Amino acid sequence: MTSALIGYATLRVIWWLIIGVLLMGFAITDGFDLGLGASFTYLGRTDAERRALLSSVEPVWEGNQVWFVVGGGAAFAAWPLLYATSFSGLYLAMFLLLVSLILRPVGFAYRGKLTAVRWRAAWDAALTLGGGVPALLFGVAFANLFLGLPFHFDAMQRPVVTGGFFSLLHPFALLGGIISLSMLVLHGNAYAAMKVGEPMAARARALGRAASAIFLVAFLVAGVWVSSTLAGFQVTSVMDHAGPSNPMRKTVAVVAGAWLNNFHAWPWMWAAPVCAVLGAVAAHALLHLRRAGAAFMASVVVQAGTILTGGFALFPFLMPSSTFPDQSLTVWDASSSAKTLFIMLGAVLVFLPIILIYTSWVFRVLRGRVTLENMHEHEGGY
Amino acid sequence: MIDFDVVTLSRLQFALTALYHFLFVPLTLGLSMILVIMEAVYVMTGREIWKRMTQFWGVLFGINFAMGVATGLTMEFQFGTNWAYYAHYVGDIFGAPLALEGLVAFFLESTFVGLFFLGWNKVSKIGHLIITALVALGSSLSALWILIANGWMQHPVGAHFNYHTMRMELSSFSAVLLNPVAQAKFVHTVAAGYVMGSIFVLSISAWYLLRGRNIAMAKRSMAVAASFGLACSISVVVLGDESGYLDGENQKMKVASIEAEWNTARAPASFTLFGFPDVAARKTHAAIKIPWMLGLIATRSTDQPVLGIYDLVARARSRIVLGMEAYSALQVLRSGPAESPDAAALQRFEANQADLGYALLLLRFTDKPAAATPQQIDAAAWSTVPNVPVLFWSFRVMVGLGLFFIALFATAFYLATRHRFDRNPWFLKLAFFSLPLPWIAVELGWIVAEYGRQPWAVDGVLPTFLGVSRTAAGNVWFSLIGFAVFYSALAAVDAFLLTRTIRRGPDGLGYTP
Repeated sequence: MTSALIGYATLRVIWWLIIGVLLMGFAITDGFDLGLGASFTYLGRTDAERRALLSSVEPVWEGNQVWFVVGGGAAFAAWPLLYATSFSGLYLAMFLLLVSLILRPVGFAYRGKLTAVRWRAAWDAALTLGGGVPALLFGVAFANLFLGLPFHFDAMQRPVVTGGFFSLLHPFALLGGIISLSMLVLHGNAYAAMKVGEPMAARARALGRAASAIFLVAFLVAGVWVSSTLAGFQVTSVMDHAGPSNPMRKTVAVVAGAWLNNFHAWPWMWAAPVCAVLGAVAAHALLHLRRAGAAFMASVVVQAGTILTGGFALFPFLMPSSTFPDQSLTVWDASSSAKTLFIMLGAVLVFLPIILIYTSWVFRVLRGRVTLENMHEHEGGY
Repeated sequence: MIDFDVVTLSRLQFALTALYHFLFVPLTLGLSMILVIMEAVYVMTGREIWKRMTQFWGVLFGINFAMGVATGLTMEFQFGTNWAYYAHYVGDIFGAPLALEGLVAFFLESTFVGLFFLGWNKVSKIGHLIITALVALGSSLSALWILIANGWMQHPVGAHFNYHTMRMELSSFSAVLLNPVAQAKFVHTVAAGYVMGSIFVLSISAWYLLRGRNIAMAKRSMAVAASFGLACSISVVVLGDESGYLDGENQKMKVASIEAEWNTARAPASFTLFGFPDVAARKTHAAIKIPWMLGLIATRSTDQPVLGIYDLVARARSRIVLGMEAYSALQVLRSGPAESPDAAALQRFEANQADLGYALLLLRFTDKPAAATPQQIDAAAWSTVPNVPVLFWSFRVMVGLGLFFIALFATAFYLATRHRFDRNPWFLKLAFFSLPLPWIAVELGWIVAEYGRQPWAVDGVLPTFLGVSRTAAGNVWFSLIGFAVFYSALAAVDAFLLTRTIRRGPDGLGYTP
């Protein structure tokens, strides 16, 4: 049934794209509330200012976060080996990520319940960590994919992960963390500049411009590093793109600069990094011109361009192994069965448009700026 | 090969985080439905008090909802962090309902929950009611997908083993969706959540009446809780889990363990009301039995026997022997070339692959399951028996509570229709002190279902001990202690905010800056 309609190889590429779309959806929506969370105590100096900032994301952050949850679920359903190996391989980083993400639902819901200064200061700290730590960790984790994680499979195809938390902190991974943190802080501040009143918006414009500059430098440094000395991975055997998902049937070479192979083979892929760079430059300029709405759109381009750049560089690798490169996970040997991919594709095609429709409706209902004067209208019994 | 410290710690962490998550989820399910009922009355009658009721219970809903979302994040990712082999081995099937839960249910619930709280002045009356209904629908749909995933672990239908990929793969998605165990579990679990929501509203309203405050709201809230709770508490018991019980081997073992029925009872089987299961002697002492009852519950008949533990262990033993065939054939297939498999081994594997999981049970006792000794086979067969006394007592307390809830709601319903709440302080006290009982019932229900599933992660397919990640025990110690400390702190804050909001009552709902 499935192979007649769409081939296994095509399904795998489509599911690689779907994970990319979910990641971009996550960065574009939840990204702004994470970035705002990371910086709202700097943008808002008084309690009223902070409440206005939080009110601007309060009704929507919960739905935004589901992009992340669905991303996890989709990785489980479509790339079970990736889900299993990456999350167990990043064990302590995942624990740190979960704890900081857990601070957010409780922080948003509980901060306003009491007026005591210490209560609110404590939740302010929790929300800052809940925004900043994940924003940093996502980049650290993503950059580790470029370096490869230390894993292999035993005779029963059980993933065995070696190496601990601190082995994740390679300088290139830290650079990845700076890229994701600055990218999401830019996004959150472009959003704040668009959605809240003065004086918070002015601070958001300044911080957003600083973040875009940091992003630009870090992104370009990473580009130079990847194209010069950083080792990349490349498949050196012929792979059956429609073969069974068994990651132990290929050979892989580790070669400096190999992460640029795809860009040489398909030059149109350069559009992604170019978008990221131009988007950051445009966001910087537009924030200066006080065109916050346009700056936010430019920041959307930065999010998408950066994620696509990473995905294009890695393809067909999902997660290379630094210790046993031949056992790296790729698009061609780590997916679910054709049947599962096909059925889940159907579900995505039906439900993703519905989600986009009702999400846009909610954003439309909530349009308008939250200012210190109209703030009471935006607060409720949360 | 298997680090049993990691197994124990990972199981402890999963149990801790799942039981904790399940403190909040059923209340979200129940309260969201009650909010829909209250707001529907507001929209139909236009009486302001029903809006204030919706908002007041909505605040309590929100405090609880945040905890449910927060603790659910851990559940979504724990299969990968701590149960990597499980995730690989069954992800092709199990991952799909989890992803669908996000796409179909959690997105809906989470996107609209913000507008439930903050959209009262932004949309029309009907519009807001629809938003509330979508939140409630989202949370119940979420339970549906999670229980389809869980039902598959209890009774894995629509799947086969693929030796090329060394994992289970989907053969029939509709079989997974329409799994009878999943259907029964969904109805039972969701209704249990509705009961919890009803008791929550009933108890707190009773407290207001006892204090003589917020009487108008409390009486109306009690009437809603009494009627909704009565219908749901009957559903929990009548449409309970047992309709799915006898599908699948492990479900049979679960029933036998719940009943501490060591020997197969002749039809019609009698139900052991009380007794003292003795695991060492494999007997139940001082059993008080009700004739016919078990046969009626478990087989819906008077002429079918209910298998006892001894017979089920014997069946497990024979399946282990067949599974050893599959396991040795698999070794041959895995060592040969993938393109031209050994025909004899392939045939031997195909014939016995349904029992492969039983051979994996032997990995607890030997590294070479294909060459297991009779003693090892016997030990593995007996390892299919879950913890009998725990199941026996958990089930009895849970059912006792379920019956008590029916009586409680029936009384409340009677008093509500007669407008006699104020004349019966004894009932108000009883209702108030019943507040913690639904939590005890649902947690015991989880224990019966999931602890009773042991030693399997997926019945007959994958033993729990094999499913863990090959990570260092130190890592799991760290996260286990971390979660315990972090969750305890959150629980304290949650309890503090709930009691504070309840004490201040509906009048204290000023959102002071």
